[in-house]
Amino acid sequence: MVTSVTSLGRNGLYDWLIQRVSAAIIGVYMIGMLGYLMLSGDLDYGSWKALMSSVCMQIANTLLVVSVAAHTWVGLWGVTTDYLTGMTLGKAATGVRLIAQLAIALALVVYLLWGLVVIWGGA
Amino acid sequence: MKVSIYRYNPETDREPSMKEYEVDTQGKDLMVLDILALVKEQDSSMSYRRSCREGVCGSDGMNINGKNGLACITPLSQVAPGVLEGKKPLILRPLPGLPVIRDLVVDMGMFYNQYEKVQPFLQNTSPAPAIERLQTPEDRAKLDGLYECILCACCSTSCPSFWWNPDKFLGPAALLQSYRFLADSRDTATEERLSKLDDPFSLFRCHGIMNCVSVCPKGLNPTRAIGHIRSMLLERGI
Repeated sequence: MVTSVTSLGRNGLYDWLIQRVSAAIIGVYMIGMLGYLMLSGDLDYGSWKALMSSVCMQIANTLLVVSVAAHTWVGLWGVTTDYLTGMTLGKAATGVRLIAQLAIALALVVYLLWGLVVIWGGA
Repeated sequence: MKVSIYRYNPETDREPSMKEYEVDTQGKDLMVLDILALVKEQDSSMSYRRSCREGVCGSDGMNINGKNGLACITPLSQVAPGVLEGKKPLILRPLPGLPVIRDLVVDMGMFYNQYEKVQPFLQNTSPAPAIERLQTPEDRAKLDGLYECILCACCSTSCPSFWWNPDKFLGPAALLQSYRFLADSRDTATEERLSKLDDPFSLFRCHGIMNCVSVCPKGLNPTRAIGHIRSMLLERGI
C-alpha cells in the first residue's frame, strides 16, 4: 500500500474510475458538438447563443468543464509523480513536485470557476 | 559478425561504454547465449549471468537489440533482420532500469522487493487437510498462464511505469504473481491481498501499454492479469 495525499481520491481505483468516466463524458460531448456543427448549416450568433443558453447545454457544459478539470488533474498528477522524482531531480524533487502540483491545481481551480461563470453567468 | 556489448565495472570505470567484438558463427543460427560464450573466450573480463541455458531459470535476461529477452532461447534470426547475416551488429545491454553491478549483471533487489510485497505463497486459514488441498480441474485451469512465470524480470524492466517508480509500482511480474494467488481457489486471503493494491501506485500505475506482453519469453500476459485484478477491485469497491 503506497499512500499519497495529492492524488484526487487518495485511492487508485477512484482515480482510475474518474479518468474513465470523465473521458466518456468528454468523448460524448465532442461527438455531440461535432454532429451539431456539421448538421446545423450556417451557424449565426443568435442560434449559437440560444443553444448555449438552454439549460440542457448549460448542464452539458458544466459536466464538460468538471470532467476536463478532473481528467487533467489525474493525468498531470501521474506525469508529475512519474518524472518529477528523486531519480531525475535528486533532493529537490519533493519541492519541485509540490510546486508543480500546486500550480496545476490552482490553474484548474481558476479554469473551473471561470468556466462556471461563463456557463451560468448569463453574460 | 559484430557484437556490441555494454561494459561497466564500477570499481575501475568512470562511466559505462559499449565494446565491439568480432565473432565467427560459421553461418549458424546460434542462440545469443552461445555468442556470449564465444565472446567470453576472447575476453574473460566480460560478465553475464547464466545457469540452465534453456529458458527455465530466468538468469540471462538482458536487452537484446533494444528488446528484453532471455539470451539462451533467443536465436540470432529472431533478434532483428540482418543480425544473423552479419549485416547488423548484435547489441547487448543489461536489463533497463535496474542498477548495474557489472557489465550485463544487474542488481535485482528492487524487483525482488516488489515480488515479496505480493506475498507469493498460498494463504489459507482453514485447518490443513490430512493430505492436500484439492482443486477441481476447472479451478486449476485458472492458474494456467500465471504459474509459469520464471521471474526473469524481462517484463518489469521493459515497463516505463516500473522505471519511474520501481519502489512504488509493483511491476508486471509481481502483479502477475499477485493474480496467480488471487485466482487460486485454495487461497483465502483475497481481501487482504486486494486491500494492498488499491492505492494510486501499486497496481494503478499500469497504463496498459503492454510492453510486458511483448517481451515475456514465456508468452505470458501480465496486462490481462492486471486487468483481472482491476475488475476484482472494481467489484469490491462499487
